[in-house]
Amino acid sequence: MNRPNVDLIFPRRVFKNEEALMWEYTDNVKKHFLNPKNVGIIEDANAVGEVGSMACGDALKLTLKIDDNKRIVDAKFQTFGCASAIASSSALTEMIIGKTIEEAEKITNEHIADYLGGLPKEKMHCSVMGRDALEKAISCYLGEPEKKIEGSIICECFGVTDFEIERAIKENSLTNVESVTNYIKAGGGCGNCHEGIQDIIDRLLIQEAPSKKEPKRLTNIQRIKLIEETLEREIAPALKKDGGSIELVDVDGSQVFVKLFGTCATCKKSQLTLKNYVERKLRELVSEDLIVEEVS
Amino acid sequence: MAVIYTDNNATTRVAPEVLEAMLPYFSDQYGNPSSMHKFGGKVGLKVAEARERMGRLLGATPDEIIFTSCGTESDSTAIWAAIRSNPEKKNIITTRVEHPAVKNLCEHLSKNGYRVTFVPVDRNGQLDTDFLYRHLTDDTAIVSVMWANNETGVVFPIEEIASHVKDRGIVFHTDAVQAVGKVPIGLRSIPVDMLSLSGHKLHGPKGIGALFIRKGTKFSPFLMGGHQERGRRAGTENVASIVGLGKACEFVATKLEEENTRVKALRDKLETALVKTIPNAFINGDVAHRLPNTTSISFEYVEGESILLLMDEHEIAASSGSACTSGSLEPSHVLRAMGVPFTAAHGSIRFSLSIYNTEEEIDFIIDKMPPIIERLRSMSPYWEQAVGKP
Repeated sequence: MNRPNVDLIFPRRVFKNEEALMWEYTDNVKKHFLNPKNVGIIEDANAVGEVGSMACGDALKLTLKIDDNKRIVDAKFQTFGCASAIASSSALTEMIIGKTIEEAEKITNEHIADYLGGLPKEKMHCSVMGRDALEKAISCYLGEPEKKIEGSIICECFGVTDFEIERAIKENSLTNVESVTNYIKAGGGCGNCHEGIQDIIDRLLIQEAPSKKEPKRLTNIQRIKLIEETLEREIAPALKKDGGSIELVDVDGSQVFVKLFGTCATCKKSQLTLKNYVERKLRELVSEDLIVEEVS
Repeated sequence: MAVIYTDNNATTRVAPEVLEAMLPYFSDQYGNPSSMHKFGGKVGLKVAEARERMGRLLGATPDEIIFTSCGTESDSTAIWAAIRSNPEKKNIITTRVEHPAVKNLCEHLSKNGYRVTFVPVDRNGQLDTDFLYRHLTDDTAIVSVMWANNETGVVFPIEEIASHVKDRGIVFHTDAVQAVGKVPIGLRSIPVDMLSLSGHKLHGPKGIGALFIRKGTKFSPFLMGGHQERGRRAGTENVASIVGLGKACEFVATKLEEENTRVKALRDKLETALVKTIPNAFINGDVAHRLPNTTSISFEYVEGESILLLMDEHEIAASSGSACTSGSLEPSHVLRAMGVPFTAAHGSIRFSLSIYNTEEEIDFIIDKMPPIIERLRSMSPYWEQAVGKP
């Protein structure tokens, strides 16, 4: 009997002993945790960024030496936290040494995670902590006033504001509360703010919706087909209720020529019906630029 | 290098004599204990023997014991039985430091029509029994208090609590998963109605647990189906594991003295040395009322997952109450209920020993821990602030 090869359908994963940790850390994470680079404090630093707290379970103090050409010539860190927090800090210092602050400013938390070959999703907040410390250090160097907390606190347990939640959602295309927690911890404590976080996600999704519905470019045939379908499915049945019917005569560019029968044709209000109803429907369902013309 | 295993509150090694007792029931002794024929009946006798062995360890008669699939099933069975048997009562009393098996079920019930009273603990993890007694009402369906805490090893005064609760005619259940095999359990004199235990915490196999149900306790089964366990827990018996659990009960009874002398001495040596050689380290929990094998030590200003991973480099296995290792973002609910400050809760390590640990292993840990903590502290932004710059 010919049996299908199950391995092709469900590829066998090879489990290695060294993967047997509570988190699936990449080799790079392990390397940066076991042999972290640039640990310590630069005594004559001209930029300092401190983020996190003991209560939160992780904290990072980043000190930088920036030269007259705005180039980061040295970076050191001190971190309190888990293996991925230490690894993210170590990676960050490696990434920024030698870069100008304009270049360093472009580093995102994703870049830090990528540099480490990825982080477990529950640990993405470690990379966000690195990015935040870098941002703070650069503002410190530029002499920008200490940023006031923007927005209002949503997550009381970890002191996260709606502003920060919005930013994380936008930058990382997050779509649910759990992923927000993984990235910036909000919602990881008592859970009372889950509804608040969901509200922000919903609000951003609605805002994003129009841009997502980018008008699809239709070919001529697709366009005509869609107009035909829409007339048949959506418009004709509605007119029929009033004892009328509609027939598509021609489409020329954005002009749609239709013929009306029955009560509609003789109705004085037919002009209104066409404008208000058929055109509105076609614009909504096919294309914004359609103009409906009646032919007799 | 072999692992140095000090995580016995998570699970234990199956004793070789336990494994040996189990093996025939995976091979030639495959009969169903419920069958009419001798081939099955023979196996039924071994199940009965296991029940007796457990009874001797607990001070219970065999018919007061049902076998389940794990400690969690035993806990669920007990709590559901109590609330189903007392449908008019809508209050449950438990503690703030229970294992998730009880805690999460009670939290679930609190969202589904039950009023749950969580009894607090003090800084030493000892229960506020006066609070508990004050909250006993005619509406209370069950009081469930663990015998010993899995994270700190703190032992609660179960005899006293059970007596008080019974005086009010309320059902009393205890999750004794961590206590059985480590401290004596005398159910003849301690008026507990229901008690949960788990095989793999006492050198038995995983996937088997038991529930003691005192004669006369109102009961309603959790799993319904066949007539196994006299209708109190349906499902074909996990024979090999039941036999193993019976053997394990016999085994730990013979080791109880060693556990409370040699193992306890090793634990004391370990914690005394670590607290002495490592600054800003302290023991969590009531040291006077504790399991002999457990110590929870907090190392301030460092984080538990990092400590565990560096210990793992030396093949030392333990566990932590830190947020990162719990898979959540908050440190252990037990340490937080005790009011352990964040500086220490994130850096807590639990060592839980067993009769298989040797003094050499303990000396090895005592040797390896100080540099691990020192290394992480040298990276921590809080350490210098805490001790003042050198």
